[in-house]
Amino acid sequence: MEVLSLRALRDNIAAGRTTSVEAVRMVLERIGRIDTMVGAYISVFEEQALARAAEIDGRIAAGLPVGALAGAPVAVKDNMCTAFGATTCASRILKNFQAPYDATVVGRLSAADAVIVGKTNMDEFAMGSSTENSGLRRTVNPWDTGRVPGGSSGGSAAAVAAGLCAAALGSDTGGSIRQPAAFCGVVGLKPTYGRVSRYGLVAYGSSLDQIGPLTRTVEDAALLMNVIAGHDPSDSTSVCESMAPVSDYLADLDRPVEGLRIGVVSSLNAGADPAVVKALDEALAVYRPLGAELIEVELPHFDYAIAAYYVIATAEASSNLARYDGVHYGHRSKQAEDYVAVYSKSRAEALGQEVKRRIMLGTYALSSGYYDAYYLKALKVRNLIRTDLVSAFERCDCIIMPVAPTTAFNIGEKTDDPLQMYLSDIYTISANLAGIPGISIPCGFDGRGMPIGMQILSPAFSEDRLLRIARMYERQTQWHQRRPDMG
Amino acid sequence: MSDLQYKVVVGLEIHVQLCTKSKMFCGCAVEFGAEPNSRVCPVCLGMPGVLPVMNRLAVEYAILAGLALNCRIARRTKWDRKSYYYPDLPKNYQISQYDLPLSAEGYIEIPLDDGRTKKIRITRAHLEEDAGKNLHAEGNYSQVDLNRTGTPLLEIVTEPDMSSAAEVRALAVELQRIVRYLGVSEADMQKGHMRFEPNVNLIITRGGRQYKTPIVEVKNLNSFRSLERSVEYEIGRQIDEFLETGRTLEIGNKSTRGWDDVREITVLQREKEEAHDYRYFPDPDLVPVEVDEAWLAEIQSRLCELPLARQRRFAEEYGLSAYDAGVLTAERETADFFDQAVRAGGEPKRVCNLLTQVGMKLANEKGGGIARLGPSTQAVAELAKMIDDGTVNATAAGTIFAEMVATGKNPAALADELNLVQKSDAGELEAMVDEVLAANAEAVADVRSGGKKAGKARGFLLGQVMQRTKGQANPKVVSEILGKKLG
Ligand SMILES: [Zn+2]
Repeated sequence: MEVLSLRALRDNIAAGRTTSVEAVRMVLERIGRIDTMVGAYISVFEEQALARAAEIDGRIAAGLPVGALAGAPVAVKDNMCTAFGATTCASRILKNFQAPYDATVVGRLSAADAVIVGKTNMDEFAMGSSTENSGLRRTVNPWDTGRVPGGSSGGSAAAVAAGLCAAALGSDTGGSIRQPAAFCGVVGLKPTYGRVSRYGLVAYGSSLDQIGPLTRTVEDAALLMNVIAGHDPSDSTSVCESMAPVSDYLADLDRPVEGLRIGVVSSLNAGADPAVVKALDEALAVYRPLGAELIEVELPHFDYAIAAYYVIATAEASSNLARYDGVHYGHRSKQAEDYVAVYSKSRAEALGQEVKRRIMLGTYALSSGYYDAYYLKALKVRNLIRTDLVSAFERCDCIIMPVAPTTAFNIGEKTDDPLQMYLSDIYTISANLAGIPGISIPCGFDGRGMPIGMQILSPAFSEDRLLRIARMYERQTQWHQRRPDMG
Repeated sequence: MSDLQYKVVVGLEIHVQLCTKSKMFCGCAVEFGAEPNSRVCPVCLGMPGVLPVMNRLAVEYAILAGLALNCRIARRTKWDRKSYYYPDLPKNYQISQYDLPLSAEGYIEIPLDDGRTKKIRITRAHLEEDAGKNLHAEGNYSQVDLNRTGTPLLEIVTEPDMSSAAEVRALAVELQRIVRYLGVSEADMQKGHMRFEPNVNLIITRGGRQYKTPIVEVKNLNSFRSLERSVEYEIGRQIDEFLETGRTLEIGNKSTRGWDDVREITVLQREKEEAHDYRYFPDPDLVPVEVDEAWLAEIQSRLCELPLARQRRFAEEYGLSAYDAGVLTAERETADFFDQAVRAGGEPKRVCNLLTQVGMKLANEKGGGIARLGPSTQAVAELAKMIDDGTVNATAAGTIFAEMVATGKNPAALADELNLVQKSDAGELEAMVDEVLAANAEAVADVRSGGKKAGKARGFLLGQVMQRTKGQANPKVVSEILGKKLG
């Protein structure tokens, strides 16, 4: 049976053509059959999901109102707290951690009658670009099981690509939604910073983190945004709707943006694989007949983004992760002879290499005597990058560029070279530093049959236009309809 | 040794707990003495994924205190994370204010023993969250109570302007009076609402040369007595140490000492000031606080006449002794009551005596303030007027006050009811005086002789008349009659 898009599925359930139980059962069956190979999930809530589906079906049968997701099976990345099951962040330090509350997005999904079937694998604490840093599980790319799914939301991207859910939520700190979406051939949207509540998202880089959808189609991304976007009084950094109203992202989705001005930064293509550049050129060619104008723009400080990002994100992470110390919850060393050893040994035993590396980098950047040279300077660079983008958007409606320099690489290919791994985020990081939205949509395949993603960036709080621009392309192409053959 | 002179130099750090209903960054109740870990939520427990939300009232209280301390209020301030690992600090960082404190550059005026006042400069006053409490139980473990975690604290830092233990105490007492007047803190020492950390050293002059002793910080004092005694002790100890070792102040030789309440001595905790690196950086989970004109004006309007100004006014305007003015202004409630009773027509000294000699004692016995005792300010003013116009004497007024508390009746009715109205009818009293004079010829002779015994004899005769009238005669009138009869 074909795995449908979120939109189609919820329409079918709401109209009584299928049921939530049937949809959930099919997804659970697929998970049982192929997730041993894909490794997308850290936990699956079979019983709970079926019970919830039955409850929603009951309401539909009784003619009672149901939410916008009408019992469709969705997955959430395992760094979003759920009052049920574990919330591990793919870290051994939180392996058995049960959160006492639901993240705001989880509450919003439930209120919209989504059925949360499970929580997906990721790089430990969202630190990584391949999901190879998971302390709990290996996830592979559904298109080629010898390759990585991207990261850090690799589990969510793989689950959507492999039909192990109708849609999923991921989080994006430096590209962690968009890059795995590109690697797995699905749609991934990182909203504007402040558009979606971070309450209950286990923090990595607090000033950069943002939750967003990973879906099969642009329409599904719009549908999920309708559910999760909006002000949350529990998150002081979530933006008031009086300042930036939340649109109905579905309402105008199919209406093309007239006189679209697409910004392109030719100098950036030099760093990307020829296959990626070619796919992107072809994608731009799709827009031209739709009346789009291509405008060359410049982002002078683009090259400094990675350096600034790895100072800011790690500085925040060093503080955010200080609480995992074995005292109040999580892994506690059995070898500790005093409380200082509880800290050092619990952390030494249960945190992974990459997490330790970033904590050390960030601690260093914030240390007295280094703060000005690193952290403060990085903040200045961040401002320059933001200014670059703001001035670029004075001349265009969006900027199109690659999501990543390459398609999905081989498992193990970059694990010994952290810097190479960091460089795979080069195209995505600027959006996080500037706080603007970015979407990754499928735009082709390379010679090995691996999906290629196209990234569209737009000004802050213009997700409605961003989705419309993405939809213009999607309607002209079929890339998003291809599925990996998972049997 | 004989030529040794010294000057005491003390600066204070004071933590004042603000009396908001809920904590600084979450909705938990601030409550003393509750079951351990019963006033907690995911936010103050530092659970993964939680976010702080600023308590606006705590900021207003802090600004109000800053205004009362004559500080410059920052128009824009922010929150910073102060990192250190300790089991009572669940996030392993404290949300505080680093380089942009809410208030700075103020002063507090403190009353000195000789009736003068002294200005002590305030360096800064900032808001922060409190930590929990470690409970060191028997056996090889400790327990942590996080009820106090997240309680709003105002940290006030003074310049080293105090030059005696008495001044240090006076500042502490004055500050307690101020925050209570403002209603921003209960400032209950028993509940740890005020905690002091004096920094003490001496400037010693000997043989025409000056020496500064190393600075000692005494940690965590929570009573006026321990504060004063610890400073006194340090003065003696530092002189002894100087004579013994000749050690003087150098960079990095500030030490930390604790106060042993039983032995009444300070005990060395840390020899050298550790190079603490708290890695302060702006908390990305909170937005900067803008204090605009309107908000500041609104808070300013809540300022009241401060205790010292009031004490001065009571002394100057009403002619009260410094002592009485001090007693009446110790609590705002008493001072307000006094002011209103005077405004209602009570003669200030009479009202003062009624309150300090009767009312406050009764209020104390009942365990509440004067305003909750029962009698209205009008009733007390009326009672004061009755003393003034001779209707009752001071002793009877005391009895009447107590009955007013017990019965709620008005003073005039009680004076009648209890038969306490003074006899001032000259005719009636004259007859009584005649009787007494007739019965005590010896005393009469003594008075008339004008010798040594005259004064005593006159007093005896007055007493006899008072006795006959059961204390109800107006002593002034009796005295006049006696004078007339005895010449
Ligand atoms: Zn709380």
